[in-house]
Amino acid sequence: MGIENSGKAWENSTTAPFIRIESVTKKFSDFIAVNNVSLDIYKGELFALLGGSGCGKTTLLRILAGFESPTEGRVWIDGQDMTSVPPYERPVNMMFQSYALFPHMTVEQNVGYGLKHEKLTDVQRKDRVKQMLDLVQLSQFAGRKPHQLSGGQRQRVALARALSKQPKVLLLDEPLGALDKKLREHTQFEIMNIQEKTGITFVVVTHDQEEAMTLSTRIAVMDKGVIRQTGTPTEVYEFPKTKFVADFIGSINQFAGTVKSVTKDKATIACADWGGEITVNRDASVDVGQNVSVAVRPEKISISKKPLAKGLNAVEGKVIDLGYFGKDSLYRVKLPSSALIRVNRVNDQRGHETERVAQWEDQVWLSFEPSAAILLKD
Amino acid sequence: MAGVVPQKSGPVPQELELPGGKSGFRNWLDRNAWRDIIIAVPYVWLLLFFVVPFFIIIAMSLAYSVIAQPPFRYDQTWPFVTFDNFARLFSDYVYLRGYLTSLRNALLATALCLLLGYPMALGIARAKGVWRNMLLLLIILPFWTSFLLRVYAWIGMMGSNSWFNRGLTSFINVFLPAASEIHSVPMMNSNFAVILVVVYSYLPFMILPLFANLEKLDYTLNEAAMDLGSRPMQVFRDVTLPLSMPGIVAGCLLVFIPATGELVIPSLVGNAADPMIGRVINDEFSLNRHWPMASTIAVALLMLLVVPIMLYNRMQEKASEGVK
Repeated sequence: MGIENSGKAWENSTTAPFIRIESVTKKFSDFIAVNNVSLDIYKGELFALLGGSGCGKTTLLRILAGFESPTEGRVWIDGQDMTSVPPYERPVNMMFQSYALFPHMTVEQNVGYGLKHEKLTDVQRKDRVKQMLDLVQLSQFAGRKPHQLSGGQRQRVALARALSKQPKVLLLDEPLGALDKKLREHTQFEIMNIQEKTGITFVVVTHDQEEAMTLSTRIAVMDKGVIRQTGTPTEVYEFPKTKFVADFIGSINQFAGTVKSVTKDKATIACADWGGEITVNRDASVDVGQNVSVAVRPEKISISKKPLAKGLNAVEGKVIDLGYFGKDSLYRVKLPSSALIRVNRVNDQRGHETERVAQWEDQVWLSFEPSAAILLKD
Repeated sequence: MAGVVPQKSGPVPQELELPGGKSGFRNWLDRNAWRDIIIAVPYVWLLLFFVVPFFIIIAMSLAYSVIAQPPFRYDQTWPFVTFDNFARLFSDYVYLRGYLTSLRNALLATALCLLLGYPMALGIARAKGVWRNMLLLLIILPFWTSFLLRVYAWIGMMGSNSWFNRGLTSFINVFLPAASEIHSVPMMNSNFAVILVVVYSYLPFMILPLFANLEKLDYTLNEAAMDLGSRPMQVFRDVTLPLSMPGIVAGCLLVFIPATGELVIPSLVGNAADPMIGRVINDEFSLNRHWPMASTIAVALLMLLVVPIMLYNRMQEKASEGVK
């Protein structure tokens, strides 16, 4: 549900990218943290670098900030080659994961620190600090020291401090990592609002796929130093290009199989795990005899105790696990082939436990639409 | 006192109704005995070897000197004691000059230690892994040889016929016109020699607390300052230096306080005509056998040093208020 406020600049071939990462490689002695990454980020985007720990996302962010210099490749920001520009001369500011607030300075001094180096009058400087504190709603805490603030307040001081110099690019390293769940959601929307208000290009590093999905216009999924896929949240969720991306973003059921027959827009795949044939929408690249994986999101599978006619991607199984989350439930269903399938169902009817769709040990029928499945080649 | 579980002092509810209910002593033995004993040991130690001797010294400073055994006595009538010794502190220039020489030498030595030690401590704190341990070892290594031996080594080096002195002489002569060339550098028996050897001996006491402080600093703060537009020197001024203040104060006190009362170094390499206060105390005590005067000088010196310690404590309190 990313806000696409930049008018999808990445789809317009005439727009010049605002940040251009050009075949950047970063080696630490014998370890390759970032491996030949190229990436274009456009003005006004809220771009997320998503990946597990050690995937190179933080190194890439630090290269953008100037704390690390790439072993190979170039970095351009707003048309200027930034590859060898030191951090203190870059039009880029960073919000650190640990916030890195100066413990010996007040909130006001922290936020105003970067302005010392700008040619401003005292009045202008004070105004800017006040404006920033208003933006993050911390005006009444201006005189406090960081240790007198709560985690959420510190996070907002860090944000205000990073925004105070009105950078061209704001880098955020796990901005919501240290916050609890409720505060997280609130802050997510706050960051999105601030991004919209200021129009600054944001690059966010996160390991949390939900955070990446809600915040960003586009996501780059990283793994082992390379970008596996770049796209809007919808693209990477609904149309993953590789098994890794399909697996990393959300959860997914995957079955290995062989293409048995194709028609103009459908393909039939024989899957031993599913215990039969699956019909899916086909794109031109799939042909008979190919080994493929069929991937289906848990929420796209319907579950019912009523027997279904075999044939249209339907199968019978037994509920062996049931997780109740309140708004939805997760069923783990064992098929006769002993494959486990995860099914997600929204609890849209109010009722007692016995009134739920299925219980432990219930025989159920699963099915999904041909359009719901993703075909992945190995 | 981390790790000590706060326990209610005062009467612990006893299970009197049960047979074999524990007495107060048994209860203490079972519950708090080890904690209380462990806390008591350093207090008893301080009481016996610091507080009691200190009061003996104070008492002695208020006594009359006599040529007898022991070399001091008190009046038989009220007020028993005399303040003459304290009055003499101000009337006899020897003592004031001793204090001034001591303070000046100690201040200069402390400043030099800080100037030399800070970059070294910062370098060690920023060094990685094996290097850091190596460098730390190099700082501590001199302690493995006798302190006296190291001072004697300096005496040998500063003597006018040593390679060190001759090398220094020819180096200085390069810059002097031929007519006014010097034969040797007069280093021995001067306050310069005292400061040099004090700096050499006390440098680790500056470096180690500074290192302990600098090592704990979060380098991300430096990156944050740099990110906000500060050049490395500005980062040092705005972040590293203010945050290392507790280390600076601790190091300076560890050098300044013992350096002020230093006896061995000024006795061996110092100028006997301009003695430091430690030497004056020693002379009063052993040569003059004026124990009350020696005690008076010592008490006054302690008062002189208590002021910086109290300032330090206040700073510590303020610092712990600001940084947790």
